[in-house]
Amino acid sequence: MNAAAESWTVVLLAIAATYVWRFAGVLFSARIDPDGALFRWVSCVSYAMLAGLCARMIVLPLGGLGETLLVDRLIAIALAFGLFFLWGRRTLPAVALGVGSFVAFAWARSAGLLG
Amino acid sequence: MTKKADSRAPTARAVVLRGCRDAFGLPMVAVAGGMAGFGSLARDSGLGLGAAVVASAGVYGLPGQVAFAELYASGAELFAVILAVSMGNVRFFPMAVAFMPLLRADLRRPAWLFALVQLLSVTTWAAAMRAFPDIPVPLRRHYFAAFGLVCLVAGVVGTVAGHLATGALPRPVALGLIFLNPLFIGLLLADTRATMTILALLAGAVAGPVFHLLSADWGVLAAGLVAGSAVFFLTEVRSRRARRP
Repeated sequence: MNAAAESWTVVLLAIAATYVWRFAGVLFSARIDPDGALFRWVSCVSYAMLAGLCARMIVLPLGGLGETLLVDRLIAIALAFGLFFLWGRRTLPAVALGVGSFVAFAWARSAGLLG
Repeated sequence: MTKKADSRAPTARAVVLRGCRDAFGLPMVAVAGGMAGFGSLARDSGLGLGAAVVASAGVYGLPGQVAFAELYASGAELFAVILAVSMGNVRFFPMAVAFMPLLRADLRRPAWLFALVQLLSVTTWAAAMRAFPDIPVPLRRHYFAAFGLVCLVAGVVGTVAGHLATGALPRPVALGLIFLNPLFIGLLLADTRATMTILALLAGAVAGPVFHLLSADWGVLAAGLVAGSAVFFLTEVRSRRARRP
């Protein structure tokens, strides 16, 4: 299989793997308790997995983010989360501050301003 | 009095317009911004524009999409990639179970329900919960379809913009778009007050990088399974002990 065909296969499987939850949700809606123990366990595992993925992307990035410094990524994350919790859990200002400071760091580094 | 209330009852057309109007602005920007981040990550991971757009509209759940692009780029086994996408979006199951009954008056499951469920996301869910109390049940699906379609189109436009911009923008800005992914999802996840969820997030954040060093293929999934299960069982045992007389 060539690379393009392979990536399309993965995309279609990814769509199916997501839609199956939506489909099951409609099928079982109003028939099972969304606050039951099984649901709580599955949601715990999926929250932990997503947090683990985000932490991994920041601490051990695979792609382009590897060109940047760990300390810059951590400071930008800390600023964003700090603003988020201090200012009424507003997502957009926190995202703007996090991305803005990260871009400023990357820019300053590439211009040789931060050494 | 009753007659007056009837004459002011919304029509399908008015509800559709209201759905579109509510979507313009912050919800549209949030979806487009998140998906722009995905578009740029997808390009960085070696996915073409077409595949990225189809993934955005077809998966339409940012955490699963990001897991997809990241694990695809790492060259993980196909089964591990698909399982991570599925786990990343497993929240759609409880969301749909709780949400879809609000769209219908009885327990039947017409075909349109299976189409509309594709538009379900954190953004559309939150907006619908805010608007639904004022909208009669038979008209709610019109509101949800209008709001959801505007967001979906914004997501596709964002994906295209992010994918194209990554090659054209100065490198620090392009990297900022990639950085948007873990930041945005991290903030969405962090917006909870449930103790068990907070503990699961903290445990997962520690376990993620550690498990990745042990296995690049299965690390993320194993971290979620181990950290999530540990938090679940410890919290359940504690709360059961507390309930005991």
